[in-house]
Amino acid sequence: MTLFVHGTGAVSPAGWGVPALDQALTRGTPLAPTPISHPAHPTPHPARRVPPPVPRPAFLAHPRLRRSSPIAHYVAAAALEALESNPPPAAPGRLGILVCTMCGCVRYSTRFYAETLADPATASPLIFPETVFNAPLSHLAAFLVNGATHYTLLGDDGVFLLGLATAAHWLSQDRVDGCLVIGAEELDWTVTGAFRLFSRRVVPAEGAAAIYLRREPPPAGMPSLTSVTSPHLFTHGQPPVKAALSMRAELPDPTPNTLLVDGTQGAPRFDAAETATWQDWTGPRLSPKAILGNALSAAAGWQCVAAVRHLQRTAGTAALVSVVGCNQQAIGATFERS
Amino acid sequence: MLYRPTAAKTGPHRVAITGAGVVTALGFGWRANAAGFRLGHPAFSPVRLFDVSRQRARLAAQIDLPNPAHWPGPALGPRRLSRVDRAARILLLAANEAWRQSGWQPADNLPLVLGTTSAGMSQGEAYYRQAIAPPVSYRHQAARILHYQAQLQVLDVADALGFSGPATILSNACASGANALGHAWDLVHTGRAERVLTGGYDALNQMVFAGFDSLQALTTTSCRPFDTQRDGLALGEGAAVFTLETLDDARQRGAEILGEIVGYGATTDLHHLTQPHPDGDAALASMLEACQTAGVRPDQIDYLNAHGTGTVLNDASEAAAINRWAGPHAPSLPVSSTKACIGHLLGAAGAVEAAICLMALQEQWIPPTTTLETPDPACRFQLIRQPIEARLDWVMSNSFGFGGTNATLILRRRP
Repeated sequence: MTLFVHGTGAVSPAGWGVPALDQALTRGTPLAPTPISHPAHPTPHPARRVPPPVPRPAFLAHPRLRRSSPIAHYVAAAALEALESNPPPAAPGRLGILVCTMCGCVRYSTRFYAETLADPATASPLIFPETVFNAPLSHLAAFLVNGATHYTLLGDDGVFLLGLATAAHWLSQDRVDGCLVIGAEELDWTVTGAFRLFSRRVVPAEGAAAIYLRREPPPAGMPSLTSVTSPHLFTHGQPPVKAALSMRAELPDPTPNTLLVDGTQGAPRFDAAETATWQDWTGPRLSPKAILGNALSAAAGWQCVAAVRHLQRTAGTAALVSVVGCNQQAIGATFERS
Repeated sequence: MLYRPTAAKTGPHRVAITGAGVVTALGFGWRANAAGFRLGHPAFSPVRLFDVSRQRARLAAQIDLPNPAHWPGPALGPRRLSRVDRAARILLLAANEAWRQSGWQPADNLPLVLGTTSAGMSQGEAYYRQAIAPPVSYRHQAARILHYQAQLQVLDVADALGFSGPATILSNACASGANALGHAWDLVHTGRAERVLTGGYDALNQMVFAGFDSLQALTTTSCRPFDTQRDGLALGEGAAVFTLETLDDARQRGAEILGEIVGYGATTDLHHLTQPHPDGDAALASMLEACQTAGVRPDQIDYLNAHGTGTVLNDASEAAAINRWAGPHAPSLPVSSTKACIGHLLGAAGAVEAAICLMALQEQWIPPTTTLETPDPACRFQLIRQPIEARLDWVMSNSFGFGGTNATLILRRRP
């Protein structure tokens, strides 16, 4: 069964919305980092943060979103943009939602744990529920008044593509009429400090990306999702390079104008497996993380949005998405002109 | 390939359970847990993993993990074992039991579907405490960050048991374990996978304990689901892992079949982030969907393992849903909550409670809620307070969570 992309959404350090993402990627210049202070370090850590939305979107006044974490705002914004020209299926329970993340609601988690250490007797009961991984999805489902089956999936960058495959399964089983897949992350000093432990070249980022899939053919110009490879785990017997090569072997052979949207980010050690895997690639290539930063599951989502937008705006016929995650898996996907 | 448009459809397949591993405060493995649940032994003790002197609640159902020097679980190497989180150790023990029972061999394309809410949270807590404590020290911080993440625990299981394949980690709050089993069932049922290793796990940690305490959701007396005097839930920790495969394959290879998963329902309650709809609308929808996929009617269900946390609002909502779902059959429907024994295991709850249902089906008894003193009159169903033997063919397990995630599983006695 062929599945079609009916909408895309993005929140990124470039701004709120896919047009801002488009502009940043077209410009091709890495965005300037914004430092995040660390309580124990004299110098702040560079990061690429999402700028405040101007004007503030009306949906953020919804009772479920007013006090929620930034990641919930990113999730809602990306999802609503993807649904913008595609109202959700009318029948209740026919829109599936998959939110994919690695770090989840870190800001409220950090704040709540700080309160717990200070004095657990006064830790805020308003904050704790917002620390739960599935809080953003719950808020979005309430906003959309959609009580269907929804999953929050955890994993490294590749979890976004696993979400696409899960959506494809739900759609192929006729469990839903449409499915939103959203990758989202937010930053605070605990995340930037963690990245710093592994590389000083990686610039952490935050935001969200959404892909809306349906079975019916889309409006003119929207591509289809034509494959998601197996996720190749980084196990004892399969280091990242081997996993990445296995992922590439599953992707279809490219034509001369096939676009490769990879996950390299200008950090040689982090990029090593992907660089080795695609060293002979001579076709067009785009590396969103090098421009926007590393937002894990959201960055893999930006790669997919970039692939879709390329097929919408150019004569290209196919785009390959290569995701070699930070510590779990290598996984790829293909989008093709419908 | 996880998805390609031309993939051939197979199925539906009947889904057999051929291995089950369970770890709770009642003990390690099937036998210890079956003995405890059959009699309804509460397994609570004063919290010793972290300081609770400033909390309202002081009790939890904690596991006495084996000394790493005498690790009975799967081989992972002493260095790696020393780094893995408490939650991962619990998970590894349960996974090892299920794996050995199934007789499965290492494989390259074995899907793994796990549910968790906190993953290695205690490692995250240790990372935070050291990060803010002067002088700045990076010692062990990288390992803490890695082993805090759920996907590293997945890789621990894969490496320990010698397999690889797609790993799906579901975090749907307290329904995570049931959603994981349901998703795994779906993969086998629809022919997307021939076998799946699945389950749920969570370990106690300070942040989650403080969180539930801040909500005043923890009992300060004892966990008494569906009691008129209930005053909250008690937390626990544990894991349950299952090997699922098509019934045909299981029969063909002569595997011992422990039971079948036959139905799965999942819905989202939109009422509130932490409070269920008072009438249990979404819970009812989840139970109905599970019945529909299983092809059974409410009067065919011989026992219902309720979510039954022991909080005022959750139990009231679930009672309303069960009353509506069972209708005229409610008075004869046996229901209990095993959280009175082992507490609320959060991401592990749905998986462990499915294991309890499997035990009940295999050994033909119903686990009692022994802490129940005065049943809530809102419960029109039959609350089981004493150990009883019973003829069970079909049982249902409910799991509901923060954010409105609802999941229901139906299991069937081995064919």
